[in-house]
Order: sequence, then C-alpha cells, then structure tokens
Amino acid sequence: MFYREAGQFRTSYAQDTQLLPLRQDRVGMLVVLIAAVLIPFFANDYWLGAILIPWLILSLVALGQNILMGYAGQLSLGSAGFMAVGAFACYNFMLRIDGIPFVVAVVLSGVCAALVGIVFGLPSLRIRGLYLAVATLASQFFIVWALDKFGWFKNYDPSGVITAQPIVMFGHNFASPGEKYWVVLVIVVVLALLAKNMARGSVGRGWMAVRDMDVAAEVMGLSLLRTKLQAFAISSFYCGVGGALFAFAYLQTVEPSAFTIELSFRILFMVIIGGLGTIMGSFLGAGFILLMPIFLNVLVHSLFGKSVDATVASSLEQLVFGIMIILFLIYEPLGLARIWQLTKERLRLWPFRH
Amino acid sequence: MNVPVQPSILQSSERAFAIGAPILELDSISLRFGGVHAITNVSFNVLEHEIRAIIGPNGAGKSSMLNVINGVYVPQEGTITFRGERISGMNPPLAARLGIARTFQNIALFKGMSVLDNIMAGRYLRTHANFLEVAFQLPRARREETQNREAVEEIIEFLEIEHIRKTPVSRLPYGLQKRVELGRALAAEPKVLLLDEPMAGMNIEEKQDMCRFILDVNDHYGTTVVLIEHDMGVVMDISDRVVVLDYGKKIGDGTPEEVRSNQNVIDAYLGVAH
Amino acid sequence: MGDIFFFVEVLVAGLLSGVMYALVALGFVLIYKASSVFNFAQGAMVFLAVLSFVGFMELGLPFWAALPVTIGMMVLVGMATERFVLRPLVSQTEETLLMATIGLAFVIEGLAQFLWGVDVRNLDLGIHDEPIGWVMDTTGMLISQLDIMAGVVAGIMVTALALLFSRTKVGRGLRAVADDHTAALSIGIPLKHIWMLVWATAGVVALVAGMLWGARSGVQFALVWVALKALPVLIIGGFTSVPGVIVAGLLVGASEKVVEVYFGPYFGGGVEVWFPYILAVLFLLIRPEGLFGEKIIRRV
Repeated sequence: MFYREAGQFRTSYAQDTQLLPLRQDRVGMLVVLIAAVLIPFFANDYWLGAILIPWLILSLVALGQNILMGYAGQLSLGSAGFMAVGAFACYNFMLRIDGIPFVVAVVLSGVCAALVGIVFGLPSLRIRGLYLAVATLASQFFIVWALDKFGWFKNYDPSGVITAQPIVMFGHNFASPGEKYWVVLVIVVVLALLAKNMARGSVGRGWMAVRDMDVAAEVMGLSLLRTKLQAFAISSFYCGVGGALFAFAYLQTVEPSAFTIELSFRILFMVIIGGLGTIMGSFLGAGFILLMPIFLNVLVHSLFGKSVDATVASSLEQLVFGIMIILFLIYEPLGLARIWQLTKERLRLWPFRH
Repeated sequence: MNVPVQPSILQSSERAFAIGAPILELDSISLRFGGVHAITNVSFNVLEHEIRAIIGPNGAGKSSMLNVINGVYVPQEGTITFRGERISGMNPPLAARLGIARTFQNIALFKGMSVLDNIMAGRYLRTHANFLEVAFQLPRARREETQNREAVEEIIEFLEIEHIRKTPVSRLPYGLQKRVELGRALAAEPKVLLLDEPMAGMNIEEKQDMCRFILDVNDHYGTTVVLIEHDMGVVMDISDRVVVLDYGKKIGDGTPEEVRSNQNVIDAYLGVAH
Repeated sequence: MGDIFFFVEVLVAGLLSGVMYALVALGFVLIYKASSVFNFAQGAMVFLAVLSFVGFMELGLPFWAALPVTIGMMVLVGMATERFVLRPLVSQTEETLLMATIGLAFVIEGLAQFLWGVDVRNLDLGIHDEPIGWVMDTTGMLISQLDIMAGVVAGIMVTALALLFSRTKVGRGLRAVADDHTAALSIGIPLKHIWMLVWATAGVVALVAGMLWGARSGVQFALVWVALKALPVLIIGGFTSVPGVIVAGLLVGASEKVVEVYFGPYFGGGVEVWFPYILAVLFLLIRPEGLFGEKIIRRV
C-alpha cells in the first residue's frame, strides 16, 4: 500500500522515460545514496577495505562485462586482462606525468583499456559465440604476459611487485580506507549512471539489437562493425577503470598476477548470477560472489562448530558457485536482478496478491 | 492523430499518391549458392507508390529475391537500380539508408526487448546523438529520444498496439509479433517496404487487419510496398501488379487479372511438369 | 648438425605434447558430436578422473581395479551431467549451455578437491621420464621415454576413436544422435545407451589423458588449465572432426614448443601460454570452420 503509482501521472514522454518515474523509487534511491556516503562514519576499516571497496570496484568491472555480454551479446572471458591494462596505465600516468590528478589518470587509463579492447574486439566481426570466447581468452593471456615481460610497463622495477602511488587530488592525500571509499564511490556511481543512460537509450537498443538478431539490426541501418567495437570499447573502459581502482584503492599494488583468468571467471559468474543485461545485476552479482565465501564459512562454522580448512573451504566455494550458476541458468536465467524486480512488483501490489 | 479508414480496394482515382515512375528496377538478377540456382535471370521493376506482389510456389526464390533487393545476398549477376541510380554493392545498412525497410518470414524481432524498444530501434537512422551525449543525457540526446518516441507512438496508435507497448515481444502471440515487426519497419519512414509473407500463419481477422494496415500505409504515407504472399485472395485484392516466380525464373508479370489467367502460372501452381 | 638435432628434439617434444592435446580435445569432440554441446568441463573431468584414480589406489585398490571403478564413476558423472545440466537447458542458446558447462567445470573441480584434497600426487606408470638411451647416445637428442609412450598410447586411442566413429554402427548412431535427437529416436536408436556409451568413452579418454599428463607433470589442479589448451586445438581442427583435431593438436603442440624455444628467450619466455590462442584467432579469421569442420550457412 505504500509502494503505489496511484496519483503519479506522467504527462509527457520525457517524464515517462526518466530514470526513476515513481516517487517512492526516487526517495528510496536518495536514501541509499545518503547512506552510502555516510557509511565511513559508522563502518570499521575491515568492512570498508575488504568488503565495500572491492564490492564497488568489482561491480564496476561486472558492469563493463555486462555491457559486452549482457547488452551486446558478445561472450567474453577476458575482463581481467582489460583490468590489468587499466591498472598499469594508471601507474604509468601517475609516474610519468607530474601532479596529474588521480581521477584524470583513471579516466585516461580507461581510455587506454578501451583502445586495447577495440583491437581485441576486431575478431568479433567475423566470429561469435564460443569462438569469440576463445578469442577473448587470447586477449587475457596475451595482455597479462605482455605487461609482465615488457619491463617498460613496470618502469623496469626489478622486484616484480610495484606499490601503487597514493591517491592525491586537489592537494589532498586520500589515504584512509574511508577516503578511498569515497573516491571509489563517486567514480562508480557516476559511471553506473552513465551506463544506465546508455543502456536505456539508443546506444543500448543498438547493442541489444545486435545481440538478438544482427541481420535485422543491419537491415535497420546499424553498422555491426561500429556497434560491436563500440561495445568492446566502452566495456573495456569500464574494466580498465575498475582495474585502476582495484590496484590503487584496494590492493595497493600493481602486478599482473592479480589479474588472472580466475578473476575473469569470477566476473563472468557475477554477471550471470546477477543478471545479464541489467545494471542492477552487476552490483547484486558482485555482492553475491564477494559475500558467498564469508557466508559459507559462517555457515560451516555454525554447523560443524569448527573452522574449516582453507583448502576445503575453497573447494566448497567452487562447488557452490558452480551449482549456483547452473541453478540460476536453469531456473532464473535473468539472475538476481530479475528476482529483485519481481520482489518490487509484489511490493507494489502488497498487501494484495495480484 | 486519426488515420481514416479506407475501403479495401482502392480505385486509381481514389489514391492519395498516384502510381509513378519505377523506383526500383532489377535487371537480369542471377543468384547461386554453390550448385543451387536460387534465381536465374530475373528482371522486373517496381513503380513508386504501388503495391507489388511476388508470388510463386515454395522454393521459387521469392525470399531470396527480397534478400537481394536489400543486400542480404549479393547476386552473381544483375543490377539493382534505385530511383534511377545504379547501386553497386548493395548491403543491408546501405539499403536502410536509401530508404528500404523490410520484415522477415520468420519473425526477426529483438526478443530481449519490449514492443516499444523494438520499434524505437527502427528509428536508428534518425538518431544522431553519439554515445557520450546519450550517456550524459545532453540536450540533443534527450530531444531526439522524445522526438523518436513521438514518431513511434504514432505508429503504435496506427497499428493499434497501445495496450502492449511495454510487453516483451517474446510474450506476444504470433500475429501481434508480425504487427510489431511491421511497426519496426515503418519506424524508419521507408520509401520502399519489403514484406516477406506478412500474413503467414494468421487467421482471417488478423489477415484483414494486416491488409488494412498495408493499404493504409500505402495510401497515407505513399510507401511503395513489395510483398511476398501465398494467399491468392489477398494478392488479388490489394496488389496493383504481380510478379510470378517459379524455380528461380520469372514466369509472369502484370496485373492480378493478367497473371491469374496466364497458363504458365496455372501450370506452375498445379505442378505440371515443364 | 647439432642444430638440426636440437630442432628435431624440440619438434618431437612438441608433437608429443600435441598428441596429448588432441586426446583431451577428442573428449570435447565426442560430447559435441553426440549432443551438440561444448563441454567446457572436459578439463575438469580429466582432473577428476585421474585424481580419483590415484585416490582409489591410495585407498588400497590395485591398479587394474581402480581403472574400472574410476571409469564407472566418470560414467555416473556424465549421466548426472546429462540429466541435471544438459536436459533442463535443452532448448537454450549455445551461449547459455556454454555458461552452464563453465559452471559444471567449477562443480567438478570443487568436487574433486573436496573429495581428494589439494595435495599434488605423483603417478607412477612404470615408465620413467628419462631420455631414451640409444637415441641420446647416437644423436645427442633428449627424448623422454615417458613422452614417447604417452604419444604412442594417445595415438592408439585417437586412431581407435576415429575408426569407431567412421566405421562402426555405433559410430553412425552417435553421429545421428548429434544431428537430431528426435529423428534418431524415431528410427529406433536407443538414446540412453548411446549417451552412456558416449560418456563412458569420454570418461575413458579423460582418464587416459589425465594419467598421461599426470605421470609427466604430477596430478595437480594446473591440469585443468592444460585442458584449456584443447580449445585452440578444437577451433583450428573444427569441432566435429576427429582427424581435424588430431592434425590441429599436432600443429598446436609443435608450433607452441618451437616458438617458445626459438623466440621465447627474446621476451623472457612464457610465449606458449598465449601463442596457441592467437593462432586459433588467426585461423578463425581466415577459416572460421576450422581445418576440417563443416561450413555453417545461416539462412535468413
């Protein structure tokens, strides 16, 4: 009875197409944003540094993956590779350009990742499905190898593990977890909003058209070349920004071994479980994948009363992830986002059933 | 805005857009797939503002002909002339830019999108804002979105599908899907509309509705229509001229009455060996 | 003279790797031919198979008993996969099925490690990873006995499978099932039996491949990523062609070794990690259906 549209009329197309047409949604979003900003005053460093920051960052990367896979329908297993490009690009920009503001470096890193994404996206014009997935594997392995072997990227650092520079903007050093969290929050929220706008607009329709039936899309005048490459570019941009943040705001190191194929698979799972082709799904999926191991640990602990061996825990984790993927694909292929949407619809009707 | 209802058979004097010069000319088109001769030396033209039907038994090459017109297949021989200009290297995006739109025999709607989004997608060529403008919701992007929405809503009203505009197309029954596909083709404001069996699988009422829409489109917007159709009644009723194909060759070309009494055509349909 | 011998040594090592890749890839081909599904979990199955085999032996089963027990287990895993993963998703897109098999891969990997732990095991097949004496003495080339035996075994299996598919009634039945389940059923092909046979064969192939690789480099999780190398092999050879996969396997194995040895040092090594994939991409751009695969024509 609270979540009703009665009385809210939309009298223009502009109103109909706005992001949050229902007043309750707008209020809800405002509350969420305010809460998000205030969190550092209440949460401890562990929560900030080990849960919230990686959640935001991985949601961003999952968003990038979602743009490519969910909206444009191009199967990709190389997201970690593009993250690596972003991380190393950011390191190099900060290193070689004195005084560059962090945000500028991050955006430029994203652009670098986008350019690399276009190159590795070229095969998508001739190949699709599984074959494209294998081509993206090529990008994953090659990029990580190249960043590792060509010393220039690491500034010829002999130790192999580079410490990320501090995040400095407007003369302020964002050093504490809370401050890092704010930087990440702002970047992620802005980019998520941009992604949402693109997805709902003509850009997103173009991507989905290519995904669903590319012959018909061409018949309407779409250039498959431009649309697919655009999807790769934008997706890689998001992955690159995510990678830069991953290195600078989370790991505090810049190393190729952080961006393995295992990470690419995790991101793939985030997107599948979260919901392909949705923005919300990226956040939900990232949260699920991040929190599941902790939840499992707690569950086993309470069931068996003792701590679980790390290796057993990780095999259990793998087992559960795999089963969840299969279950979601069978029963709710649209993922957590769909479940969320259905819940909202039931809330709209509450207390009635239908 | 209301589109006036027309009687189902238009006399030439009642047409809003008089039939004009050839808008599309196909000359000596031959199309082969390896050893299979889909089309052999077929020539015909389509006059502006007319409704041209392509008929023939199954496998005669009708869909292939449509695919050639809009560049999905490239013929080994022959030329396509559009509005007096030879078009070499026809491909689907080029056809779209020239003003040729089409529907497909097995519905080619975008299954992941709603009716509204599908038809909005058809406005692609009228959307000039780039991705950055859309991302930042800059004025041009917002303006275009609203303008396109207005144009699409007109089409939705015209096709009487207001009640399903937000429904995902995969949930719609077959007849409505075909209607949505027509709407998507119309969204491009085409000069020439290629319809591949628009009434396949429809019952009588749906067919009547579809006929009415096609005639209204032709009458109200002046769109030239080329359609493949199996229902002879429909063909006789609504088309101005007919091309008959059989085994990839043209065996008849003229008004419905002329073609109906053509012995070759009768033989082809009755399956007489020739 | 020494240079040529070195090249031959590298080449032979590469070819022998290649035969093993081909063997793993064959597992993929089997499943694909029978169900049109690309089983991403094949690598995980190799891992599970050999890990279980070693595990059973550790539990006390002798070699020749552990073998059928493991194969039986793999058949069960296969049937479970068909029943709980493939069948519910039967009408979905290729991409969905692929993602489901990725999930399956994780399930099987997790299961394997959950059951048997993460320790690296050694597998002793009785033949040692030592250079063949007389070859080394006459030519100076170091060619491992184990590698040669592995190559021979793999070669035999590959040939046997190729013959099975093309010459026998069963093989024809398999191909019919791959093309169209319903049609196959309607002409009386016993679907259930065919499935069991397919999964049993795939299981045997997985086990043999796992044993050979495991004897060489130890039974460990990294085996799963080795299996990933089978992907470029499949692409280059064509997904449905047994001879194609053999040729592609040899090609990939040989080329990656040669490139690694001769060009790797300029970059600090590691080229073989990505080289087969880039090779596959190039093949895809030039010949999308692979060396021997079937051309796909899309009807509009």
